[in-house]
Amino acid sequence: MTYRGAKLAVLAAELSAVVGPDGVIADRQRLRTYECDGLAQYRVVPGLVVLPESAEQVVAVVRACAALGVAFVARGSGTGLSGGALPHAEGVLIVTSRMRRILEVDPANERAIVEPGVINLDVTKAAEPYGWYFAPDPSSQQVCSVGGNVAENSGGAHCLKYGFTTHHVLGVEVVTPEGELVWLGGTTRDVAGYDLLGAFIGSEGTLGIATKIVVRLMRTPESVRCLLAAFPGVDEAGAAVSAIIADGVTPAAIEMMDALAIEAAEAAVACGYPEGAGAVLIVELDGPAAEVEHTFAAVRQHCTAAGAFEIRVARDADERARFWKGRKSAFAAVGRISPDYIVQDGVIPRTVLPDVLRRITELSAGTGVRVANVFHAGDGNLHPLVLFDEAKPGEAQAAEQLSGAILDLCISYGGSITGEHGVGIDKACHMPRMFTTDDLDVMQRLRRAFDPAGICNPGKVFPTPRLCGEVPGKRKGVHPLQAAGLAEQF
Amino acid sequence: MTAGAFDDHHPPAAELIKDCVHCGFCLPSCPTYLLWGEEMDSPRGRIQLMKAGLEGEPLSESMVGHFDACLGCMACVPACPSGVQYGTLIADTRAQVERRYERSLSQRLLRGAIFWLFPYPRRLRALRGPLALYQRSGLSRWLRRTKLLDRLPATLQVMESLIPTLTRRQQLPQWVPAQRQRRAVVGMLTGCVQDALFPDVNAATARVLAAEGCAVVIPRGQGCCGALSQHSGREDEAITFARALIDCFDAAGVDYIVVNAAGCGSAMKEYAHLLRDDSHYAPRARAFVERTRDISELLAELGPIAPRHPLNITIAYHDACHLAHAQQIRSQPRQLLHAIPGLTLTEIPEAHLCCGSAGIYNLLHPKPATELGDRKARNLLTTGASVLVTGNPGCSMQIAASARRLGHPLTVTHLASVLDASIRGVPLCDPSSAPTTPAHQNR
Repeated sequence: MTYRGAKLAVLAAELSAVVGPDGVIADRQRLRTYECDGLAQYRVVPGLVVLPESAEQVVAVVRACAALGVAFVARGSGTGLSGGALPHAEGVLIVTSRMRRILEVDPANERAIVEPGVINLDVTKAAEPYGWYFAPDPSSQQVCSVGGNVAENSGGAHCLKYGFTTHHVLGVEVVTPEGELVWLGGTTRDVAGYDLLGAFIGSEGTLGIATKIVVRLMRTPESVRCLLAAFPGVDEAGAAVSAIIADGVTPAAIEMMDALAIEAAEAAVACGYPEGAGAVLIVELDGPAAEVEHTFAAVRQHCTAAGAFEIRVARDADERARFWKGRKSAFAAVGRISPDYIVQDGVIPRTVLPDVLRRITELSAGTGVRVANVFHAGDGNLHPLVLFDEAKPGEAQAAEQLSGAILDLCISYGGSITGEHGVGIDKACHMPRMFTTDDLDVMQRLRRAFDPAGICNPGKVFPTPRLCGEVPGKRKGVHPLQAAGLAEQF
Repeated sequence: MTAGAFDDHHPPAAELIKDCVHCGFCLPSCPTYLLWGEEMDSPRGRIQLMKAGLEGEPLSESMVGHFDACLGCMACVPACPSGVQYGTLIADTRAQVERRYERSLSQRLLRGAIFWLFPYPRRLRALRGPLALYQRSGLSRWLRRTKLLDRLPATLQVMESLIPTLTRRQQLPQWVPAQRQRRAVVGMLTGCVQDALFPDVNAATARVLAAEGCAVVIPRGQGCCGALSQHSGREDEAITFARALIDCFDAAGVDYIVVNAAGCGSAMKEYAHLLRDDSHYAPRARAFVERTRDISELLAELGPIAPRHPLNITIAYHDACHLAHAQQIRSQPRQLLHAIPGLTLTEIPEAHLCCGSAGIYNLLHPKPATELGDRKARNLLTTGASVLVTGNPGCSMQIAASARRLGHPLTVTHLASVLDASIRGVPLCDPSSAPTTPAHQNR
């Protein structure tokens, strides 16, 4: 047994005493079921999996790891799309799926307190009877965990109007990488002192593990109206988006899907979008009924003026759900039209949307790699889905290259390499394209302030000497770049 | 393929496994994931284990344990946006497990006993006498009072708790003529558990079909459909049962084969897959599947002609997994219930979640099954409904037992019994109001 293997064996015995024997997984086959999160092209079998049930247990687990210098990675429902919860081969995967109690729903103070494993949509279900809801709505909201939302600062279709997770969390109880249990933020809107909560949310599991989350609840809007507009192509749909926003309307959401994405969604959930559409927009308005009625008319007009050939207005909640069904299932639905695909996530200023889409089409045509587009058009968050078949030689590589080229495109237009999926393992190598060495150094110093030993989700967010596209795992020997003195590992 | 968990005879197909993109949308739909919060007891995790098995991991005790723990409720199938055919994958995996893995002696004995008894209507019927005696003699109450019951093995305790109060069983005729105009000739599956423990449901089914213009053929000596065997991976046994049932109903010359038990209907609709290697039976199996209908499916398809009398009751409808998830039959039973004047239909929270009955799952895995049953009963009690309607005998027994355990005995009945009461204008669940024999003549 290797030295690290022995450490894990010691840990397994120690942690069994903390979380009980059925809370520790050390058997190889079972460990393999945790080898990836929602981004399945990266796979690492964890050294050990632990399923704690309380904050105290998480503290004990983290302290045990810290004492032995063993790396650990936190994971919620394992739906992330940047490999942020990719396990560490010689480390511990701390899974919060058994910490799923909703501890308090307090509508009078507009908040709820939940454990990190609680499913996003379950917060809304718990608050709904009082007339409140939890606003962040990633497409995976029926399965993703609130802890994961905090780690990734998740957004969703409605963050155009309501903002990201960071705007809906008042405080978190955190186990630091050294095993301290601390509160960042609190239960009120603002607390004195540095905004450490702001640093923690979106830190992708590198600054600690959230064990309790105080989320802000919003009033369920008095009125919600939703329309589905079909356009001949993405140019017209993009023009409609710009016109709506320029008019001063802030819809709750504006979502766009192109022809290929529509084809996939139809195949998966038969959403019944208008036939022959080169692009569809889903526009949702919410708020006081009078305001919604007024702006809804304006939105319809802008869509028609921009060239919409069919506009459907949802008559009831069921029809609205049907409009959304196609959009929300789009990522996974692409599995119906392509054996493999990459979900890309980039941001651009909204005004350059038609230009960037044209460039993506050109890139796609030039390489023969198909790209389906789904995006939060209102805030310029693109989700190009790059299709390929791993079984065909060269396709995976070509897709990977195109996917990277799309990110370069986003950066060149003044955008960002991620809108909401996070950097994780997948985009760590793109960070230097967006940030200077000084920028990255400053980020590292913040990280080290929380995690001096570098054991909390190591290898994520920041580039390591690892090459882009190289599949991580147990490293055998010294990395060639390191051997050549060209890079150093940290 | 010698190494690894599976042999070459229909292993879980790599192409089907590849459909899974690991998005995790199946997790909240899976009862065992809800109970234990572990990846390997989720559909996504089980598919991962199948993949590991194909890649050379042996069929270990832990791997088998996670496949066995799957209820086969199929709730993950409609939840999957990528269209993964989990049903086919788990069925093929189970057949491999049964063939290639040797269970402990106690498990082998338990399974042996279950499969000696349940798929044989005659053996089950023979138990009716002793069971009725047990219920009426006071022995049942005495065992409970003295706590002796608690000392029995878990499986026996579960069995004891499940047995419904037995009602009189009448021999159904082989031919029930259609009332009003004849719209179809249907063959009726009487089943094993349904026939022995819920004979009144079969009688009601025949009366409703006749009232709705169906001539009903009830072949004597029809055997088991093989659902329990099929869903447990006992492939050869399932194939034998399937062939015999196809022979039986082919000889009856009917337009449809009607089933009033969800588990049976779903298994029968899988015959084409089950018999895919059998050149003689494969085409007949396909034709058989074409003609197979759940009672609610057929009645909705034909449309009502018999007038309904009001039933002023509040009903909660429970989706049997093998009806809702495996056969996508959700709207038809609701539509039929809604059409009854005076009847109020309520929905149960967490409706998609299995009640834990799952064929013989509650006998093999009493603990999780009981937790799921109690969860279902608690959800049901929040609706305030006094009557539960469902389309599967296993669910009926499981939920009734859980409700009794929680101290809220419920009336649990079948859709056919509700329709029968409404058509005949009698109160629901009053055995004395049932006619002594269904209207019949011999052909």
